[in-house]
Amino acid sequence: MKKILALALAASLLAGAALAQTTLTLGLFEPLNEHVELVLPQFNALHPDVTVEIRTLGFGDHHDLLVTNLATGSGAADVVAIEIGYIARFVAEGGLRDLSEAPFEADRFADDFVDYAWAQGRTADGRQIAMPTDIAPGTLYYRRDHLEASGWTIDQVIESMDSFLDYGRELLGHGVFLVADAGSIAEGLIRSNVPAGDGIYFAADGTPQLNSERFLEAARIAQIVREEGMDAQIGAWSNEWYEAFRQGTTAVEISGAWLGGHLQTWMAPETSGLWGASNTPGEMLVSWGGSFYGIPTQTAEAKLDAAWDLVLFLTTNPEIQLEGLPHHQRLPRHAGHLRRPHVRRGARVPRRTASAHAVGRHRQPDPGRCHLPGRHDRRGDLRLRHGRDPQRGPRRSGCTRRSADVDPAAHPPLT
Amino acid sequence: MARTTTSPPPPVSLPRISWSTRFDKLQRRFAPFVFISPFFILFAIFGLFPIVFSMYLSLQEWNPIQGLGTMRYIGLENYTWLMGDPWFWRSITNTLWIAFASGIPQHLVAIPLAFALSRGIQSFRHPLTAAYFLPYITSAVAIALVFQTIFGTQFGILNQTLQYLATAPWSAWLFGGLADSLPVNWLGRAPNIKPAISLLVWWQFFGFNVVLYAAGLATIPKDYYEAAQIDGASGRQSFFHITLPLLRPMIFFAVTFTIIGNLQLFDQPFILTDGTGGTSQAGMTVAMYLYRTGFEWLEMGTAAAISWLLFLLIGTLTVIHFYFFGRSGLETRD
Repeated sequence: MKKILALALAASLLAGAALAQTTLTLGLFEPLNEHVELVLPQFNALHPDVTVEIRTLGFGDHHDLLVTNLATGSGAADVVAIEIGYIARFVAEGGLRDLSEAPFEADRFADDFVDYAWAQGRTADGRQIAMPTDIAPGTLYYRRDHLEASGWTIDQVIESMDSFLDYGRELLGHGVFLVADAGSIAEGLIRSNVPAGDGIYFAADGTPQLNSERFLEAARIAQIVREEGMDAQIGAWSNEWYEAFRQGTTAVEISGAWLGGHLQTWMAPETSGLWGASNTPGEMLVSWGGSFYGIPTQTAEAKLDAAWDLVLFLTTNPEIQLEGLPHHQRLPRHAGHLRRPHVRRGARVPRRTASAHAVGRHRQPDPGRCHLPGRHDRRGDLRLRHGRDPQRGPRRSGCTRRSADVDPAAHPPLT
Repeated sequence: MARTTTSPPPPVSLPRISWSTRFDKLQRRFAPFVFISPFFILFAIFGLFPIVFSMYLSLQEWNPIQGLGTMRYIGLENYTWLMGDPWFWRSITNTLWIAFASGIPQHLVAIPLAFALSRGIQSFRHPLTAAYFLPYITSAVAIALVFQTIFGTQFGILNQTLQYLATAPWSAWLFGGLADSLPVNWLGRAPNIKPAISLLVWWQFFGFNVVLYAAGLATIPKDYYEAAQIDGASGRQSFFHITLPLLRPMIFFAVTFTIIGNLQLFDQPFILTDGTGGTSQAGMTVAMYLYRTGFEWLEMGTAAAISWLLFLLIGTLTVIHFYFFGRSGLETRD
């Protein structure tokens, strides 16, 4: 009841203010808000007639609420952030405006973005429904103190998967675990070398990939790590995980580049200076997370211009995008920004990695009746415990057919 | 009225009823309904409608993102699909496993404890009862977060304690065997997840049962115990021959509560397994599967069907419980 009253009040206020001022709501999940709050004054300077009201929720709550709001047709923010784990379902199921159409005509920006990120926000029939804002190349974060104590160099460590495991064995002698969870190494391997057009779990034609070489190798390496006692068996996103970072219980963590942002803002800020970042071992090029901005269909027509300005400001403005780097290790989606020197010095961006969510991307925009998994959350935990069991395959008959219907010409291999 | 039908007089001759009288009659007749209507209106909106709608929904296929217009009637397909769904059956067995493993010890501990509280340690009775009850009124999420830390592999206090017990000279004879398997990965390895969840649930709810049983014990007249004492019965005998039989109605009531509550378990496994159900879904209860089906995979129809199947399961177990224990539980004492 309170909510309805508040909404009614807000609506009447908006109606009054509409002539002079447009008020936009921006729905964010943590910690995206930190970046936006940082750059928002610049947007206000560019667009003094637009007031942006930020609504931030926790990661899960934000996306749950978004689903509810889209279902009931009201209550969603005018511009919403969507994490990659959720993007496929919005691409496939609708609820967001087609940004390829007038007045947005987003396609003119296609060349400016990293290809796979652009493709992740696009439906099979070529409607862009979300603009990528950051990509998350797989990165190895390592403790410099443990590296120095062991006498290794980082280049030796990441030379190959074998040398990486040898480093782990060396660390055991120093009483340090290589990683928090063997699963994170498997996670990286599963995400690397995904053939163009395929998803992580499914090939482009919908065949489950669980028994492919990628998965077998991931399981094999993870098993070695676990059996030789190189992992601390600490699950991600637990208090214990953060504590391990603070105390240096573990020597490395393989993750998306965004982990650095979490480390330096709240997980272990006191360990500042002890960390280094490098490519992942054995040159596995991995896409690991990322987020998007979209405009819900329920956003009022009158606000579309302002909403689009905000989306463009957050996704295509080079300076704004780069603001995210030092603070949150959010690497810009915008391809042009990646050529900047201080980005190039950073982690390598896997331009050739296939879409993590090709499954969702390849689904027909037709109300997706079939139920293909392929979800993984921000944690980037795959571990097969997330999402439905890919072995079970499509939920209802017709899914495979739909997937197979996709015209390969519409999806040229990512370059 | 009968008078007017037998000899209808011209309408003008009727005595005029004033508007206020009419209103008075009307409001006398309807006022009770108006006064009681808020309950029924709220119940209809928040109680009845969701129940009826979820039953309707369970026969539909619906993706909530696309709005209400996209529902499609598919008959019983949601139910038949679930019957062949291995994850659904796994969630059922998980739920039953946890319900029994946490439910039975709750009562086995609560009854003797309540007995001890009521008989032995009189002076601490109320503070202790309150302390046992505290977990029940604490947020399940907060408790689960604390337990997540307790169950930690490297820094968790449970593993630290076991480590100490396995190595300390005074306890090594009993716990020494554990040394090889420490540290235990409580929440990361499939076989350990259900025991970990059960331990939490047991700890959270046994205090509630203690309070129930303490209340039940208070209704047992002291004369019985005195009479037994005079006859030379030991404390143990009076527990088994006086307390337990007279406590039966309360046991019946408390077990019914446990059955219903434990089968709807959601928060605790959800937090402990990070919302995923844990490795190989070893900690995924039916309620969690329902949530994930509805809100993660956006299959609202299937989720509604799961909720009705869960209702059936709870109903069946409760009926079985009533059938076997209902007579002794519900009959009067005297």
